[in-house]
Amino acid sequence: MTLTLQLFLIVSAALFCIGLLAALSRRHAIFILIGIEMMLAAANLNFIAFWRFSPEPHEPTGVMIAIFAIAIAAAEAAVGLALVISVYRHYRTTNVDQLDQLKG
Amino acid sequence: MSWLITNLWLIPAVPLALSLVILSLAKSRRKSAAALAIIGQVIALAFAIFVFLPTLQTPGFRAVQNFTWFSFGEHALRIGWLLDPLAAPMMMMIALVGLCIFIFSVGYMADDNNFTRFFAYLSFFSGAMLGVVIANSLLLLFIFWELVGLASYLLIGFWIERPSAAAAARKAFITTRIGDMGFFLGILWLYHNSGTLLFYDEGHGCLESAGLAMLGATATFIALLIFFGAAGKSGQFPLHVWLPDAMEGPTPVSALIHAATMVAAGVFLVARVYPLFSLGAINGATPSLTVVVWIGVTTALMAALIAIAQADIKRVLAYSTVSQLGLMMVSLGVGGVAAGIMHLLAHGFFKALLFLGAGSVIHGCRGEQDIRKMGGLRRLMPVTFLTYAIGMMALSGVPLFFSGGWTKEEILHAAAHWPKSHVPYYLALAGVILTAIYMTRQIIYVFFDNRRAGSLHAHESPRVMTMPLIVLALCAIFFSAVLTPAWPWLHGYLAGERVYFEISRLIQPTLFVSLGLVGAGVGLGVWMYRKAGMQDRDRAPETDPLEYAQPALFRFLENKMWLDEFYDRTVIAFATMCARVSDWMDRQVWDGLVRALGNLGQVFGIFTTGVDERGINAGVDETTAGTRGLGRLMSAAHSGQIQTYLGVAAIGMLVLLLFYAWLG
Repeated sequence: MTLTLQLFLIVSAALFCIGLLAALSRRHAIFILIGIEMMLAAANLNFIAFWRFSPEPHEPTGVMIAIFAIAIAAAEAAVGLALVISVYRHYRTTNVDQLDQLKG
Repeated sequence: MSWLITNLWLIPAVPLALSLVILSLAKSRRKSAAALAIIGQVIALAFAIFVFLPTLQTPGFRAVQNFTWFSFGEHALRIGWLLDPLAAPMMMMIALVGLCIFIFSVGYMADDNNFTRFFAYLSFFSGAMLGVVIANSLLLLFIFWELVGLASYLLIGFWIERPSAAAAARKAFITTRIGDMGFFLGILWLYHNSGTLLFYDEGHGCLESAGLAMLGATATFIALLIFFGAAGKSGQFPLHVWLPDAMEGPTPVSALIHAATMVAAGVFLVARVYPLFSLGAINGATPSLTVVVWIGVTTALMAALIAIAQADIKRVLAYSTVSQLGLMMVSLGVGGVAAGIMHLLAHGFFKALLFLGAGSVIHGCRGEQDIRKMGGLRRLMPVTFLTYAIGMMALSGVPLFFSGGWTKEEILHAAAHWPKSHVPYYLALAGVILTAIYMTRQIIYVFFDNRRAGSLHAHESPRVMTMPLIVLALCAIFFSAVLTPAWPWLHGYLAGERVYFEISRLIQPTLFVSLGLVGAGVGLGVWMYRKAGMQDRDRAPETDPLEYAQPALFRFLENKMWLDEFYDRTVIAFATMCARVSDWMDRQVWDGLVRALGNLGQVFGIFTTGVDERGINAGVDETTAGTRGLGRLMSAAHSGQIQTYLGVAAIGMLVLLLFYAWLG
């Protein structure tokens, strides 16, 4: 079995769907954050796959963007976790079902 | 000399200022009030004598002092004062008679509560009249004229607690006001035509040739309008009705009004603006002067007739004043200005004497004024009787010894030579007889016969009241020294001619005429009233002999020829009707109109309210309700559940992807 682009894309789509499912179904804010991280990872995988199977695989452009996205994801995770702690301090819960203050 | 004329204003100013001072005194400062008022009169009298002296030097002396009061645009309103042979003796007469009356009032008003107020008003009255006399501007004269009217109103209504006094004061004020309206129109017209209200202004005044030339034919109408004002003030027919009612005031006030101040103002005014009346005279007569003569003679005769049937001691004198003023007007009208003023001066003395005598009688009889209830006072009040008799003879015109006789002769002499008609002369003669009759009647009723109910406990008045009587009686007698034809000094002084003493002129034909007339009048009076207060055949003592003989005529005269009633039915009824109509118009028509307009506004208001509530409001309500519904609908989507949002976003993404895939 040869490694093809489709295989990578299927793995990436699966990873994205798992992340999305986690983000939509879990009630705990930390798990939603983890889901989002998984979706980001799926996106990074796509970048790497498209770079590896591109006509110019010698230039490290895809890796650069992936590393860049990982750095931003790290910052985003830090902000997200800080938000979760702040929310928990304020509401004494991290259950997103109860965080419905924006209800119209 | 020039100092005198520039400070002439002090003569009226002193009494006026003192009246204000007295008015500010406490009610209990009775002595200082009377003293101040009397001092004011003494100062005015002294000053009047002082300014009188220079007028003796040259015949036709005249000095004026004019100044600008205020200016508007190019016009300047100038006023000033004037000293001439007309003003100087008037001032002395006013101040002297005023002084006597003031002193008399000290005794007469001794028991009155408002003693101080009374003297303030008296002083004010006298000052205002002195102002009328020295005014050199018709406007200034009018101002003082109105002050005189105000003072008379205050004094006639002095016993304000009596409704009749209040009514009389009102009547006096309103009646003279009707005349003043004419006077004021005359002033306006005069100013319009001549551009000045100054009498004498170095040739430019309205009484000097240049000013008169500008008036031309309108002078007649202006003169008549001014005469209307004079008629109101001097109680000439048809505006005489207030004068007898003015008897409601205290007797010294009646004396002041009837002798020195109020009524003298009208005659003085006509004499003052005489050039207006005589402008363009043909044979000594002009239309305006003719009117003056006929009004005067009507007044003189009518008032003399009414006086015969009056029972109130003061009312008899009041009608005699009206009658004498009519005679003065006749004199002015027929051209005898000097004679008229001489009679005015002489009348001032003896009428003040008579009124004060009447006051003394009333005081002695404790307020009784009905002559039919008096009698026999001759022995009880000798001083009053003697002085009253002198006044009576002066008023009746007894010749030789009494001033009134000489001046009356002068008037009759002037009337006899009036070229237009001899009727006024004969009517004036009849008036002389009537005057003698009613004065005789009064003397008989009051002083002769037996004592009746009102005079049982009569007593002579105190010296403070009898002294002024004696002074005035002496004036009434010795004033004739300058009046006789043998040495007609006053005539010459007033007319600006030089006079010489000539004893042969003393006896004139008119002397015998008036002697005969007065004798006839007094004789007739004595014969008619010899048994006035006694039982005479089937006549009761309290019935007047004339009433017994001619009941209808007596009632006619007693009720003042029903003139008051006539005015009630005509002028006053008309005024009341006008007031009613305007009241009705006001209430029904104008009010209705206003109310209809209001209703219209109300209807419009209701209509706009409907539009507002049902139309505009409903529209706004609908809009807001719709917006709110939409908002509610939209807000339903905002669940606040972050995962729902995310899910929707994911589904949206999926749909977009599928859509993209479907497009190929």
